Amino acid sequence: MMDENPLALLPEILLIVAAVFGLLLGSYLPRQRQWLVRFVAAAACAGTIIATVVVWFRPDLTVFGDSYVVDVSTNATRIAVAAAVLLVLCLAPGEVAGAARESEWYVLVLLAAVGTIAMAGANDLMLLAAAFLLASIPLYALAGFGKDALGTEAALKYYLLGALLGVTMLGGVTVLFGVGGATTYADLGEGIGKAPGAAVAVGVIALMAGLLFKAGAVPAHFWVPDVAEGARPVVAAFVTTVPKIGAVVAIYRLVAGPLSSGSVDTMLLIAVVAAVTMTLGNLAAFFQDNVRRLLAYSTISQVGYLLVGVAAATGSELARPSVLLYLLGYAITNVGAFAVVCALPDAVTLDDYRGLRRGHRWLALSLVVCLLGLVGTPPTVVFAGKLTVFTAGLDAGLGWLVVLAAVNTVASLYYYLRWIAPAMRDAEMDGAAVVRPRAAITACVAAAASLGLGLLTGPLLALVR
Amino acid sequence: MLSMVVFLPLAVAAVLVLLPRLSDSAVRWIWIAACAADLILVVVLWLGYAPSESGFSHEVNRRWIPSVSSGYHIGVDGMSLPLVALTSGLFLACAIYSARETRRVRAFAALFLFLETVCLGLFVSLDLILFFVFFDLSIVGMYFVIAGWGHRDAARAALKFFLYTFLGSLALLLGFIGLYLAATPHTFDIVELSRQNPLAGKGLAGALILLALGVGLAIKTPTVPFHTWLPPAHTEAPAAGSAILAGVLLKMGTYGFVRIVMPTLPDTWRRYALVFVVVGVISVIYGALVALAQRDFKRMIAYTSVNHMGYVILAVGAAGLVASSAEQARHLAITGAVTQMVSHGLITGALFLLAGALYDRGGTYEMDSYSGLAAQAPRFAGLTAIAAFASLGLPGFSGFIAEFQIFTGSLGGAPVSTAVAFLGILITAALFLRALQQMFLGEHRSPNGAFRDVTAPEAASIVPLLVLAVLIGLFPRFLLDVIEPAARAVSAVVGR
Repeated sequence: MMDENPLALLPEILLIVAAVFGLLLGSYLPRQRQWLVRFVAAAACAGTIIATVVVWFRPDLTVFGDSYVVDVSTNATRIAVAAAVLLVLCLAPGEVAGAARESEWYVLVLLAAVGTIAMAGANDLMLLAAAFLLASIPLYALAGFGKDALGTEAALKYYLLGALLGVTMLGGVTVLFGVGGATTYADLGEGIGKAPGAAVAVGVIALMAGLLFKAGAVPAHFWVPDVAEGARPVVAAFVTTVPKIGAVVAIYRLVAGPLSSGSVDTMLLIAVVAAVTMTLGNLAAFFQDNVRRLLAYSTISQVGYLLVGVAAATGSELARPSVLLYLLGYAITNVGAFAVVCALPDAVTLDDYRGLRRGHRWLALSLVVCLLGLVGTPPTVVFAGKLTVFTAGLDAGLGWLVVLAAVNTVASLYYYLRWIAPAMRDAEMDGAAVVRPRAAITACVAAAASLGLGLLTGPLLALVR
Repeated sequence: MLSMVVFLPLAVAAVLVLLPRLSDSAVRWIWIAACAADLILVVVLWLGYAPSESGFSHEVNRRWIPSVSSGYHIGVDGMSLPLVALTSGLFLACAIYSARETRRVRAFAALFLFLETVCLGLFVSLDLILFFVFFDLSIVGMYFVIAGWGHRDAARAALKFFLYTFLGSLALLLGFIGLYLAATPHTFDIVELSRQNPLAGKGLAGALILLALGVGLAIKTPTVPFHTWLPPAHTEAPAAGSAILAGVLLKMGTYGFVRIVMPTLPDTWRRYALVFVVVGVISVIYGALVALAQRDFKRMIAYTSVNHMGYVILAVGAAGLVASSAEQARHLAITGAVTQMVSHGLITGALFLLAGALYDRGGTYEMDSYSGLAAQAPRFAGLTAIAAFASLGLPGFSGFIAEFQIFTGSLGGAPVSTAVAFLGILITAALFLRALQQMFLGEHRSPNGAFRDVTAPEAASIVPLLVLAVLIGLFPRFLLDVIEPAARAVSAVVGR
């Protein structure tokens, strides 16, 4: 008996309804009242969180012909995505309020969020491909939303790479369907167990191309710095944070599920991608002077650490909770760091942050907490994520990868300190005069959440277990 | 009670940050009062110290991250209690000494109170994750002290300090995870790990974990060859920062050896103890020789820290070498190591504060720039001389008690190494005597003309530290009675 209860998808449905309703509402509202759409979007995110919390302890279920799973991973993704979108919505007014297409901006964010969640919940290659498109296309539009030269270039680059790797992914889906005889993960796992290794390998690599593009991992990372620099900061905050969540969970689902049975060593594949991603991301971040490019490369290296947990999927039972915890921590901390960037629209380079602590004590403190949080300094929540990811990695026998990740963490400290040091220096701040108060408050909230959730690691980890 | 001791300074720091419009002098008084209150609490703790069967007093064990068996497990025993007392005493001395600080007093006070919580927390932690949290935060706190209030080249020195010691902390984290995974059931609890002895008979895994832990703690201690972050960090840090860095933060490394490594990896420790003995002896000799070559007073003291920490490493290494029949020698070496940690904290803390007073008057640490200060500043000269003699291990001071026990305890297990390390004392004696002669005797010369004698806050912060060093030197029993049972427990674990 097929389960087709739409209530199982209530969190996703809330977001979609809000998107459609927001679009209609936005067309009838005068420009000064467009904030109502933002309110609708925020309410939908809050609704998503509540609807997810209510069903958290229900047993796992698959709905709509085994194509969609509602389990801990999906639920955690729903909450992480909704929380990140809420933070982004708090950042948005400074950038988009009063803009010509304000309501469309919120609608695109909501649609991309739904796509991201659907990627995480997808239990069928066809649905995964559809979710990939839903999570990608709104982002191309968002990247170019400012209609300026840099933004347009970023959007074009993003779109071209996305189109190429998206098609590659569809090719991979086709190949896997062909050799495995099914698209649902359960049947696919059986199918590719008997299929020729070379064909499966081609299919897996092509499929991963699209997912790694969404996650912003090497070798599909080229769009990240350009979008982070070219698009508006608030868009950058969204694009470098939210889609990663869905992509990493989707990769995890594949690696732990159907691909674990095949003749292809996906664990090694992911481990190598993780190693290259964190190392290249860190090396490239070393001498960036533009804060947004620096954060972009930092997000690339963070995906590398996350993939360590994914690579451990079949080798350690701590792998899934560790990845989910890290994703939640990463989402909040990364949005917090971008919130500081949004709060100071005139500060572009590291040097512009010189003397930040003198004029804006709390903003400087939030920056320090978020950046040291990204390094993995206790007691922030990313530390808890990193600790558990490393433990899972060692447990799965990936000692070399964990050592590499530790070395990379030390290296990453260098470029975060290149930003922290001038900000904490006792000097007059001349780079940036304008401060957006709402973004500053959002940064403080994110920093506090990063610390608070770190102290609550115990209960959190028990929940995602 | 113990949690209150640990978190009182942090709470005061939060109040300092949140309260608007506090005058600088109000901040100073709140800072001193908080440190004094904490010291009083520690004294009460010491008076009420009564170790239970587990060996710990004031033990608290709460669930924190049950999914990975990590808890908020704290307690004091004979090894941590003296260090807790040292920490709160030294922080009070620094608070009094910093009455002169005029740059961003509020942030400075808040940072030091934060550091105090972190240091106290580390010494009472009985859980590896809790230990690591405090270990890492001590690096963050000290980075901001050096970078924010240091001398000219502070930014570079602070960066080097942070990167270097952070590398050590991640090596440590890998070792901790290794211990966790080796245990069945998996746990981060130090007491439980020491009971389980999870790596008995697992050669390679034990060696790798010991390597990770050893490197992590050796960087923090620091021992040769991981000491290169120390001289610039010390030279550029403000005086109170140097005193805390040398007096408390360096102890975290050596404390880690006796608290974590020896009890949880006893077999592996015995097998590779010789490595630590050799590293310890090289640190002793190399630290002393390089200190001898310094022209800069503060750098010289910094290198004597490498020398003094070398004795501790020698002692803990030798404790692993001594055959199981020589229980007495082993436990003497460990007692000596812990006593040395306390003694070095007091004496080097005082020396760094004196170096700060020197810089305050002359604007340089170059010993060549000074001469004949004894005539103008007799009390300054006297205090420096006392601290220097205490540091080189003259009988009557705490350093003698510590080093005597270390040498007696180590001689049986590592006779050659101990004999070589003995030379270290000779070299330190030479370098301190030369420094005293250069700066205090002869014709008066000082970069800024007249040389003011020690002020009241300086005396109030430095004299108690030296008085304590003398007290321990003359009446060591009150300290040794606390340390010895704990040292015996560790020695029994290593010997089993």
